[in-house]
Amino acid sequence: MGVQEPLSSPRVGPEAAAIVNDFSIAVATANGTGSQTANLTLLRSFFKMGIPVHGKNIFPSNIQGQPTWYHIRVSRHGYIARRPPELLVAFNAATIHEDVAGLPAGGVCVYNADIRHSPDRTDLTYYPVPVKELLEGVQVSGKVKDYIANMTYVGVVAHLLGVPLEVVRQALEHQFGGRAKLVDSNFDVVLRSHAWAQESLRKLDPYRVEPMEATEGLILMTGNEAGALGAVFGGVSVAAWYPITPSTSFIDALREFLPRLRKDPEGRPTYSVIQAEDELAAIGMVVGAGWAGARALTATSGPGLSLMAEFLSLAYFAEVPAVVWDIQRVGPSTGLPTRTSQGDVAFAYGVGHGDTKHVLLFPSSIEECFEFGYKAHDLADQLQTPVIVLSDLDLGMNNWMGEPFAYPDRPLQRGKVLSAEEVERLERFRRYADVDGDGIPYRTLPGNQNPRAAWFGRGTGHDEDARYSERSDDWWRNMQRLDRKFQTARGYVPQAVIEEVPGARLGVVCYGTTRYAIEEARDALAMQGVALDVMRVRALPFGPEVEAFVERHDDLLVIEMNRDNQLRNILRAELPQHAPKLHGVGYIDGMPLTAEWVERQVLGHLNGRAD
Amino acid sequence: MDRVQKLNLVGLSKADYAAAPSTLCKGCGHNSIANQIIQVCYDLSLRPQDVIKLSGIGCSSKSPAYFLGQSHGFNSLHGRMPSLGTGALQANHTVRAIGVSGDGDTGSIGLGQFKHLVRRNVRMVYVVENNGVYGLTKGQFSATAEYGQDLKYAGHNDFPPIDVAVEAIVAGAGFVARSFAGDAKQVRELLKAALSYRGLAVLDIISPCVAFNDEDDSRKSYAWGRANERALQEIGYVAPQDEIVIDDYDPGTTRVVELHDGSRLTLRKLEADYEPNDRMRALERLQRGEQQGELVTGLLYYDDSRPSLAEVSGFGATPLSELPDDLLRPSREALEGLLAAYA
Repeated sequence: MGVQEPLSSPRVGPEAAAIVNDFSIAVATANGTGSQTANLTLLRSFFKMGIPVHGKNIFPSNIQGQPTWYHIRVSRHGYIARRPPELLVAFNAATIHEDVAGLPAGGVCVYNADIRHSPDRTDLTYYPVPVKELLEGVQVSGKVKDYIANMTYVGVVAHLLGVPLEVVRQALEHQFGGRAKLVDSNFDVVLRSHAWAQESLRKLDPYRVEPMEATEGLILMTGNEAGALGAVFGGVSVAAWYPITPSTSFIDALREFLPRLRKDPEGRPTYSVIQAEDELAAIGMVVGAGWAGARALTATSGPGLSLMAEFLSLAYFAEVPAVVWDIQRVGPSTGLPTRTSQGDVAFAYGVGHGDTKHVLLFPSSIEECFEFGYKAHDLADQLQTPVIVLSDLDLGMNNWMGEPFAYPDRPLQRGKVLSAEEVERLERFRRYADVDGDGIPYRTLPGNQNPRAAWFGRGTGHDEDARYSERSDDWWRNMQRLDRKFQTARGYVPQAVIEEVPGARLGVVCYGTTRYAIEEARDALAMQGVALDVMRVRALPFGPEVEAFVERHDDLLVIEMNRDNQLRNILRAELPQHAPKLHGVGYIDGMPLTAEWVERQVLGHLNGRAD
Repeated sequence: MDRVQKLNLVGLSKADYAAAPSTLCKGCGHNSIANQIIQVCYDLSLRPQDVIKLSGIGCSSKSPAYFLGQSHGFNSLHGRMPSLGTGALQANHTVRAIGVSGDGDTGSIGLGQFKHLVRRNVRMVYVVENNGVYGLTKGQFSATAEYGQDLKYAGHNDFPPIDVAVEAIVAGAGFVARSFAGDAKQVRELLKAALSYRGLAVLDIISPCVAFNDEDDSRKSYAWGRANERALQEIGYVAPQDEIVIDDYDPGTTRVVELHDGSRLTLRKLEADYEPNDRMRALERLQRGEQQGELVTGLLYYDDSRPSLAEVSGFGATPLSELPDDLLRPSREALEGLLAAYA
């Protein structure tokens, strides 16, 4: 086969300046074809070359055959927000037309030449890959051959971008956990495709990678893995769950880590993981276990959280520790099960009827997933209340770079739990009395051998001794104490991260994974002379530092991935004196924000245009 | 007056098993059952601290407040006691659990959780105080009410009943009994046996509601129960330390069942051909009883071959809730070792 002549005259030719370590690739395939392995091999290859990288899986709610995309961003500056891809690997006939249409001028399209497709844009560089031909003579059969076919684009992309083959092999070894036969058969296809590309393709585009040292010492992990690992180190011992995207991989990770890390000296498990019949039962088991003294969690997403409302209301009121990981997807209703959002903030904050309020944590990175993974249990025990960790699909299911996690810096915080001896020393144990003035009462656990330790948990009105009460004064006093406890929580939760610069014209407020687009936009705007202060809220109820930040800014813009400006509304409600200056821009279409979009919103706001 | 109170093997008097006075109606079957629970726990010399009480919502579910005041308890959510109990007993598998539910709590809103509790074989005594009617909301039919019944407030019942015992047997329960609140002795002996059982023991106890469903012709009334109870066996519970004493022991008519903790149950057959080890037979007998207008009571089905959830989980002797911190948090080296694979 001879060298492919360019099918068009790209605007950017080989003579143009190389674009090194600063672009995005989209890989378009059909799901269920094993492309995830190929994509993660590419991702890890870049990572192993020391280049800052991040991958996003944009997948369908389906098992096999539907369009799926994988976006990889490499950035020598370390930016890992979503950025529309300049390079496309088009291996899905069903979407190739639309995928190609979405490329910017000067973009690159590597496509499966077996797909009937006429390259029709003159402003792109096309590289057809004869996949069937490349697989001729490969000694695998049936489904495996379909899976392994994706390795052809790994080989071709490695050649086009300049990824060393030994790095690809290392990435494959990581991917297959060292199973040599699989590594060999996949690498064989990579080698064939690479050799073919070397011989047959003339490099006409400017995109390249070069080794850096920016990922030295870092790890690459998903948020769900990191959160589950944090829970394991937080002493979680009962987990109950019902499968739901995108939280399932949280429990998968838990079930992988627990048997490795949590056996007693006799080799017996120090944990129990139960797949419940639904989310009502899952949270019921968690609340039961929390009441009985075990650290317990469930992982779910919006539809599951909806079902958990009654138990979360009970746990708030009966004051039972519980941890819920809500890996947010797009609602209302079933919504977009495989897309990301920050749509559950308002619901989670008050899930339950009456005056229910919950502590929320907003992790933004795998480091924070790990840290909040154990701290959520400390907080739940200390505050005797549910703690809901609001992660999202993007963070939970995608691979992110991070520092190796810091080991917890203090022992498990078990809160106010009285032993039999401690009860003995008391004149009288009163379950719901505010002994310390912080709203947090003392509790005892079932199995406590002191005959005076028992109390009767209930969701009905109760007095300080947990006795049934319909008295108005008992009700009001108890609800006031619960509010006092919630105010105490402000001093216990992780503080907001605040970055301020001289001459800032605007205070931007965010939380969770939108930080990546916002930080990139902030830097870009700074180059244009527009300085921003940024506050990343990490918990509700927020601490005094949040109010102080709002206080010292005249103009604030809360940016979030939901339609209704949910956090902005909470801030307005809780800081009514500052409400007029708390502006919001909420947007939700299922895709993570881009820096370019954030930039436009900020400029639009500053120029006085409507959100 | 003799003020000396008899003490049981753990040095407690019956008063130590009492709790707050009942707020249920005078004559409610549930009060009788609460009293039998007090008596049984005293007789068995259980330490109240080693027992937990669980319930859902409803009249029946209030009753754990009326027995074992020195036990931890949780009056949870309507129909959700099974999940709460499952979590609690995974956290601490060393306590005994007495759950009290009702026919609305188990037969309607909680039917799904009930079936899954049975399926998991969580080690607890699950009492259904079954009166065919919703009390707290003033007299609506429950799902266990008889087909075609007429009630003053609820009107005519157009739907056939759900039989809790049948549901338990079908879902795989290994201990299923039916009793009648008016038959205190049988309730007691079944409760004792249930507390000795390896896994989930279901006791469906017809417990008349004197306020809304106690007309003589109602199948959930005292009068009808007394007139139509057909006990399958005369049941005797024999504690592990006691000897079996049976007059006129005849292997043809008396069967001894060994329970998991070394106690035994003597079943003197009142129906010559009934053996409680056959699921299909049990279902057939219940069906026939339903058709013939009989309240079939006794041990309907018994099989202790299936391990409890705690046994399946492989726990050690110490409950998860009491594990020391060093078993709950792996070492720094363990963290570093695991993370190395993600570099």
